[in-house]
Amino acid sequence: MPHISLKNLSIAYGHHRVLQDVTVNIPDKQITVIIGPSGCGKTTLLKSLNRLLDLNEDVKVTGDVLIDGVNTYDGNADILALRKKMGFLSQRPYPLPMSIYENIAFGPKVHRMSKDRIVQQINDLEGRMVQVPSKKNGQMDILVESYLRLAGLWEEVKDRLHTPASRLSIGQQQRLALARALAVEPEAILADEPTSALDPLSAQLIEKQFKFLKKNYTIVVVTHILRQARRIADYVIFLYLGELVEHGPAEKVFDNPSDERTRAYVSGEIS
Amino acid sequence: MRARRIEETIFKGLMLASLVLVLIMLAGIIVITVYKGAPALTLSMLVETPKGGYYLGKEGGIANAIVGSLLLALGASFCSILIAIPVAFGLQKEYTSWRYAGFTKLVLDVLWGTPSIVYGAFGFVVMVYFGLRASLLGGIIVLTLLMLPIMVRSMEEIIRTIPLELKEISYAMGTTKIETTLAVVLRQALPGIVTAVLLAFGRGIGDAASILFTAGYTDFIPRSIFDPVASLPLAVFFQIGTPIPEVQERAYASALVLLLIVLCVSLISRILSHRFSKNIVR
Repeated sequence: MPHISLKNLSIAYGHHRVLQDVTVNIPDKQITVIIGPSGCGKTTLLKSLNRLLDLNEDVKVTGDVLIDGVNTYDGNADILALRKKMGFLSQRPYPLPMSIYENIAFGPKVHRMSKDRIVQQINDLEGRMVQVPSKKNGQMDILVESYLRLAGLWEEVKDRLHTPASRLSIGQQQRLALARALAVEPEAILADEPTSALDPLSAQLIEKQFKFLKKNYTIVVVTHILRQARRIADYVIFLYLGELVEHGPAEKVFDNPSDERTRAYVSGEIS
Repeated sequence: MRARRIEETIFKGLMLASLVLVLIMLAGIIVITVYKGAPALTLSMLVETPKGGYYLGKEGGIANAIVGSLLLALGASFCSILIAIPVAFGLQKEYTSWRYAGFTKLVLDVLWGTPSIVYGAFGFVVMVYFGLRASLLGGIIVLTLLMLPIMVRSMEEIIRTIPLELKEISYAMGTTKIETTLAVVLRQALPGIVTAVLLAFGRGIGDAASILFTAGYTDFIPRSIFDPVASLPLAVFFQIGTPIPEVQERAYASALVLLLIVLCVSLISRILSHRFSKNIVR
């Protein structure tokens, strides 16, 4: 059974219904892309997966979002543990108001990871026993380096780890956000139009990272760029006016859609 | 087309005229204060307390008022910061419903607009009730009441402008509300918080009416918080009211000192604010 599955999920803001009766399984360790016109509920669907929707007022959710078999909208669900499992990339990559180093260390510190736990995390990540220098915060230094490497940012920032993250370019900020999210050891990465504020080269780097990371993480990307969806998607969810119109493997949805609306959207007749 | 261009010119002219008017007023205040006060501003003015006959133009200075004003304003700023920061965060929608927050803000706005003599009178009544006499403590308490609405409202406005996305990013990592508030939102708001403190400090150090009855006035530097304390605004008030020209000149010198203190605090807060904002993306 997939890690993330939605059953009859409906979401409304006040009286405005945004998503209706969505049922879909999100395949593990693939890139699932949610496509559809503006205002069709893509971001709402994504944010329902880690309950970021709770920050909005007056949201009504019915149906189930099952993460590892647990219904996250059950009153007893541990929201903090759930969010820890789901790394999140926002449309605009805000760095936390601290240094590059502290941005990465933020998650492990908040979750009060012990030194031994961090060493184990590094070993798991690198797939080998890593020698940790015995100086103060040695294990955190290695952790920060590992995740910056994983996000493809290390070479660019290794000499200025303790400068404010706000000085990075916006493309670097998005890769920093990726490293920061990964440092919390999520199982999935949720990305809300992660390249829409980026220049084409930075966007390409992010796409490359996603393709690299999918061997270990389930990745869900919202995008309104159809060409991007074609480049990176393994699995596609097409939403139209709050309705789940079609979902399936990327080749199927792009090359041989079964619904007329999907065909019209992927061929560019509607946008 | 011509009419629209004339309209444009008229409004540009109006804006420029208003700007110049404001600058002239500011320059006027500074020039008059310096012109009339600078000659009397000697070292003994700054470091000595009033000696016998000071108010008749003899020996002494206003060290009692300088120290008193700094103690009052710094003490009140400190107390206000301790109270204002939690209140300002508590008014955010994560913690308080908009209905309750809106009511609280209305109350704070009314308090902001309340004349300071009313605070003074209120403080006086309370002090009489508790059998306290005019003292540094009384002055600090009343000034705190005066500064609190200013600090809370300006901090709250700043905190509200922090982008939701930044908070989302923090929450998405599995942080609690208080972790996000302290580790992310507070840091992001820090430059604005410094500005809010400055705004309140300026109002507090310059206020005479609220401390007239509550802090009192004395020629000595207070030895404890239960002693009465002098202040620069009241020093200006008392000295300018005398018929002796030398003493009136000293009033302007006192005003100049007050002006310089506010200027210094503005500069320091500017520097701090700049230092804190290097981590921030707008």
